[in-house]
Amino acid sequence: MTAVEEKRATEVVEICRFDRLIPGRGVAALLPGGRQVAIFRTVTDDVFALSNVDPFTKAAVLSRGIIGDVKGVPHVASPMLKHRFELATGYSLEDETVAVRTYPVRVTEGMVYIQP
Amino acid sequence: MRTLVVVGNGMVSHRLVEALRAEDTEGAWRVVVLAEEPRPAYDRVALTSYVDGWDVQALTLSGSDYAGDDLVELRLGDPVTSVDRAAKKATTASGHVQAYDALVLATGSRPFVPPVPGHDLPGCFVYRTIEDLDAIRAAVEHAKATKRGRAAAMVVGGGLLGLEAAKALRDMGLSPHVVEMAPRLMPIQVDDGGGRLLRKLVTDLDLTVHTGTSAEKIEQDGDRLFTKLTNGTELDLDLVVFSAGVRPRDDLARSSGLAVGERGGIITDLACRTSDPDIWAVGECAAVEGRCYGLVAPGYTMAEIVAAQLLGRAGEFPGTDLSTKLKLMGVDVASFGDAHATTENSVEVVLSDAVGGYYKKLVVSEEDADGKRLLLGGVLVGDASAYNLLRPLVGSPLPADPAAMLGPEGGSSVVGVDALPDEAQICSCNAVSKGAITSAIHDEGCDSVAKIKGCTKAGTTCGSCVPMLAKLLDACGVEQSKALCEHFAYSRQELFQILSATRITTFGELIAKHGTGAGCEICKPAVASILATLDTTDRDGGHVLAGEQATLQDTNDHFLANMQRNGTYSVVPRIPGGEITPAKLKVIAEVAEEFGLYTKITGGQRIDLFGATVDQLPHIWRRLVDAGMESGHAYGKSLRTVKSCVGSTWCRYGVQDSVGLAVELELRYRGLRSPHKLKAGVSGCARECAEARGKDFGVIATEKGWNLYVGGNGGALPRHAELLASDLDKDTLITYIDRFLMFYVRAADRLQRTAPWIEEMDGGLDHLRAVIVDDKLGICEELDAAMAKHVENYADEWRGVLEDPEKLARFTSFVNAPGTPDPTISFRAEREQKVPVLLGVPEVVSR
Repeated sequence: MTAVEEKRATEVVEICRFDRLIPGRGVAALLPGGRQVAIFRTVTDDVFALSNVDPFTKAAVLSRGIIGDVKGVPHVASPMLKHRFELATGYSLEDETVAVRTYPVRVTEGMVYIQP
Repeated sequence: MRTLVVVGNGMVSHRLVEALRAEDTEGAWRVVVLAEEPRPAYDRVALTSYVDGWDVQALTLSGSDYAGDDLVELRLGDPVTSVDRAAKKATTASGHVQAYDALVLATGSRPFVPPVPGHDLPGCFVYRTIEDLDAIRAAVEHAKATKRGRAAAMVVGGGLLGLEAAKALRDMGLSPHVVEMAPRLMPIQVDDGGGRLLRKLVTDLDLTVHTGTSAEKIEQDGDRLFTKLTNGTELDLDLVVFSAGVRPRDDLARSSGLAVGERGGIITDLACRTSDPDIWAVGECAAVEGRCYGLVAPGYTMAEIVAAQLLGRAGEFPGTDLSTKLKLMGVDVASFGDAHATTENSVEVVLSDAVGGYYKKLVVSEEDADGKRLLLGGVLVGDASAYNLLRPLVGSPLPADPAAMLGPEGGSSVVGVDALPDEAQICSCNAVSKGAITSAIHDEGCDSVAKIKGCTKAGTTCGSCVPMLAKLLDACGVEQSKALCEHFAYSRQELFQILSATRITTFGELIAKHGTGAGCEICKPAVASILATLDTTDRDGGHVLAGEQATLQDTNDHFLANMQRNGTYSVVPRIPGGEITPAKLKVIAEVAEEFGLYTKITGGQRIDLFGATVDQLPHIWRRLVDAGMESGHAYGKSLRTVKSCVGSTWCRYGVQDSVGLAVELELRYRGLRSPHKLKAGVSGCARECAEARGKDFGVIATEKGWNLYVGGNGGALPRHAELLASDLDKDTLITYIDRFLMFYVRAADRLQRTAPWIEEMDGGLDHLRAVIVDDKLGICEELDAAMAKHVENYADEWRGVLEDPEKLARFTSFVNAPGTPDPTISFRAEREQKVPVLLGVPEVVSR
């Protein structure tokens, strides 16, 4: 069994090299089936993956937001209407009944993987 | 559920409904408001400001349309014509019949028109509603269009309203004559000494004042009007405005048999109840125990006590404070308490300086056994800065010598807010005492002016007590935060100084040394903007996407384009001054066609190309840059456009080359990062076709040079720019604009437009002029050098991206599938162009 087939079996998707991610910024990636994920690397090199779709405006733009922290909790501010979402849980910091989906993310040997 | 019918829809009516709905959590009442005017209640007190922009929206009272409240029905443009008290029904002009359980008359007052022969001729107006002002404006425009020379107007009445009306007419470009029967202006509020100074001050502002006389007759004279005053003066006029006071509108009360006062007004008891127990009257139509009040504050009090009674609580009108403070044409006038010294054995202390332009009087009691004097009232003209401190002291012992309290610092150097008793009323519009405010600070934890406003309503009507609120916070030991966000305890201006002094060039170093945490979407772009202004050479040509800078930028700056609602971007090439060659137009057309972009001409004389995806942006730019175009900075907090008219090159009225100057200014300031976006305009003559006075800086040509206006803007709160300097030669003009922009970029708050920046500046426009023209702060050399450096180092940001593979690599749709289009983006056709299709259901997890 080749390495690629093994990842398929565990449904892990290879996204890109870790150093392709800019500290303090996000990128968008496409998952099988057309879903989009926003992947962020913080300045402390933590990596988070959230649905790329802003639930308030429905635009697929979260990856283009500015990331930061509220009292130490990392978040991304949607570039659309500036709603904030906690990176680790996806919950909106303005309306706790709203959350975006989060995805498990792993960095192995310099590569970023997502569990879709 | 019972039905409350409110007759009339002015400010007091709105306050009543607001108070009732806020308290009636059980929904005991449904409210039907029957209104005569065609629009929801608006701020009639601020009516004169309507002339500034003719924007009805700016006068709107928040929530006055009762949108989303099923228990309030607002019927506009359909006045009540009769009330059948026996059947408890009100009938409107349209024939609508409305049953009620309780009725509140809030019919306000009508302008009093003295019975002068000719008072009803065309060209005679009253001053009460938005419609009145629209009619006056139409007459003014007609007069200006059909005559040479300056149009003239007579304002009948030299009181508060009359001077307001005169100011409005002055702002419309007329010469107003104010005719007042009493021997002085504002006879109710000011005394003879104050009246004399007031007359001088308004005369200096080009008003002609006739006191102690009245209009004998008004006659038609060709297409103008003619009036003769009782003192023999004759005036040729284009229009006449009556603003000689108001009379309560009690017709409905009379026709339905309610008791009315001898001099008009619906008689009520202290609970505002009329002679019919199911009917109340509030505001200017009410005569509470026989007395009418022509101010909004007592009306609000009446509204609140009636709302309380409807909900089963007691309420009684406590009497009112008739103090007034206003700024008429820039002249401060205030009167409070017993301004005319009618109290027995009262003493007046007057400080009058006609040269300095102020008159201040305090009325105090005799010395009591402890040697103290009570403050009874006062009049302030020309400088009313002491008003906020003095008015709450009425009825209390003076904390210092009366003369000292009238000193130049408004007495605040002698006595602070500490000296005020707890019952002193800080906000007279909403009857909020010092005690209520300090308890909001101590007990409710209000630690900002905004929170006090929300908690107590203080400062939410006329706003004149807002500085006192800040002082009370200080006095309570609450430090008011100017902090940008939780990561920096500094204001933007302070961060600018820190970055400028320390030569720190990265956000990471700045937050490590002077902040906490990782930053956020508030501080990161603000710091990025400061870094971009401060230093354009040290890092990678100063490109906004260089290194760590890229991570700080809002999405618009990050992709050098404006994000639109479906996540696509608009592309706007710079078209300096709106001037463009056919060849460049052709390239724009070709690019739009090739990439399928929606095309629109903007209000700023440029061309928007909408619907570009992230990965299309570099290809679009490549074409535009190759054709000699550059970034229009439509995405940045930076200079957007300098709009121009046709100017002297082509226009038969133009006196200077507005296009040439607009192009020069736009190229000079392109790329300048600022706290808010900046717009400018250059008009070639006073016809102002470039609408330069609606811009952050506007230039209007005169026969002698250029006039420079600053601090205008469109947006939600539009504002006209004000004249900073006139008849300038081009070099001086550019120097002043350089300094204005650099000073603004350094000193303004985050996302603060130029208008509020100037307004909040200590000393306002005069101070700004002193800094820019007279170099009062000694910083002009530094400002000039900073702008020279900006101009020298400008480089096109798009070109910078196209020349750098690393930056180019960011313009991709998906990191793992570059070039694959975003599947959520699609378009449909409308008016022969494409527009975004509404986005589908997102992946939302609900808790």
